[in-house]
Amino acid sequence: MQSPGDTLQIDAHGRLKHFLSIEGLNRELLVNILDTAESFAGVGERAVKKVPLLRGKTIVNLFFEPSTRTRTTFELAAKRLSADVLNISATTSSTTKGESLLDTLRTLEAMHCDMFIVRHAESGAAHFIARHAAPHISVINGGDGRHAHPTQAMLDMFTIRRQKGDFSSLKVAIVGDVAHSRVARSQIHALVTLGAAEVRIVAPRTLVPPGIQSMGVSVHHDLRSGLRDTDVVILLRLQNERMQGALLPSSHEYFQYYGVTEEKLATAASDAIVMHPGPLNRGVEIDSDVADGARSVILRQVSYGIAIRMAVMSMAIGSHAAADRGDD
Amino acid sequence: MSGLPDIDTLIGTLAGALEKHLAHHAREAPLMVGVHTGGVWVARKLHTLLAIEEPLGTLNINFYRDDFTRIGMHPMVTPSDLFSVDDRHVVLIDDVLHTGRTVRAALNEIFDYGRPASVTLGVLVERSGREIPIQADAIGQHLSLTEHEYVKLSGPEPLALEITHKT
Repeated sequence: MQSPGDTLQIDAHGRLKHFLSIEGLNRELLVNILDTAESFAGVGERAVKKVPLLRGKTIVNLFFEPSTRTRTTFELAAKRLSADVLNISATTSSTTKGESLLDTLRTLEAMHCDMFIVRHAESGAAHFIARHAAPHISVINGGDGRHAHPTQAMLDMFTIRRQKGDFSSLKVAIVGDVAHSRVARSQIHALVTLGAAEVRIVAPRTLVPPGIQSMGVSVHHDLRSGLRDTDVVILLRLQNERMQGALLPSSHEYFQYYGVTEEKLATAASDAIVMHPGPLNRGVEIDSDVADGARSVILRQVSYGIAIRMAVMSMAIGSHAAADRGDD
Repeated sequence: MSGLPDIDTLIGTLAGALEKHLAHHAREAPLMVGVHTGGVWVARKLHTLLAIEEPLGTLNINFYRDDFTRIGMHPMVTPSDLFSVDDRHVVLIDDVLHTGRTVRAALNEIFDYGRPASVTLGVLVERSGREIPIQADAIGQHLSLTEHEYVKLSGPEPLALEITHKT
């Protein structure tokens, strides 16, 4: 069922054990995640915004890199599953006192935790932790370096499926700093796996990683032609530090050529949706009229992020429950 | 194999028993809720027979099961669909009452939607094998079965009951 190469994420019974990257997961599993998230989507609208599924489990948010949105939605997702949550950020932990990653890991294991949500500036950090963690622990990648941000990609897929239904007829444009974006990489893997008709990258030459076409995307450097007839427009956040690396002249000039405005969106399909993982740089990659406009689904992405995170958390913790029993 | 009465007869018996129970306790304007999957099939029939105006609610108790830590996540097909149950007379319908664990999970979920005025339990088949103290208020039929015998409802059209043996 799964490619044999992904024995880290997938257990012997084909179940999701760790959620580290979209790469290596097949369509069936991605659809299973989306379907499971669908069933969690209504929980936030009830009188009691909680289900007892992960009661008695302890989930650790292990953030070596600052994040508000991702950490809070993971925390809320865990709490809506009735798990206990521990938030550890690197700036307040012993890692600043020189404790190694493995020592931090062993210490948390000794506290009988069940899951680590890991965000780290180094690509591969979550994989490293998953490889070294005790067998009863699941690891979810909350973003690692330039590599992957799989829960963000899946909440984007969930948003697209909710708004558009089927992927097979969709033309999707990903606009912005693809070179430095872990979100873009995960989105491309997910869109290709789920069978989107066309995935385009729209970016200046300096922000397109070499060889990106091998992932199954086409590359455009002109925004208007890149957006032509698209059903979904995904914008990426332009990080200020890119300006300092001489990759771009200025944010003003970036907005002039790649900032999405209502006028430039005119070439997209009339019912196209606009997405952004947040936080927004208004007037840099997105105009306020678009961000707050009728086609924007940016705030819906945030709500759906909770359902997606509930889905992967319960699937991953559920897998070792089943493994303990030797059940298949 | 059979020995079971006709399914429409069973549903008719259950509808009559429910009507009587609700009238006896003066529970008016009930809100009917079926438990996925078999309970929803039975509830649809009862909903029509009893001419209940309010749309049928459905419960998928997967997130409330007591065996998650043993068997993990079940693939979810249809999520729960329920409106506010505050101060309402809820009529909970399932196909088979066996161990009582499903009903316990369903009750827990209902109370996460609000505080109902009452809950009435109706089941098509009440069989032996209770593991927790839960009983039905209205039933279609009682069956005494061994622990190796299982009743299964197939459907939705036509509905059919079958007794199977597992060892």
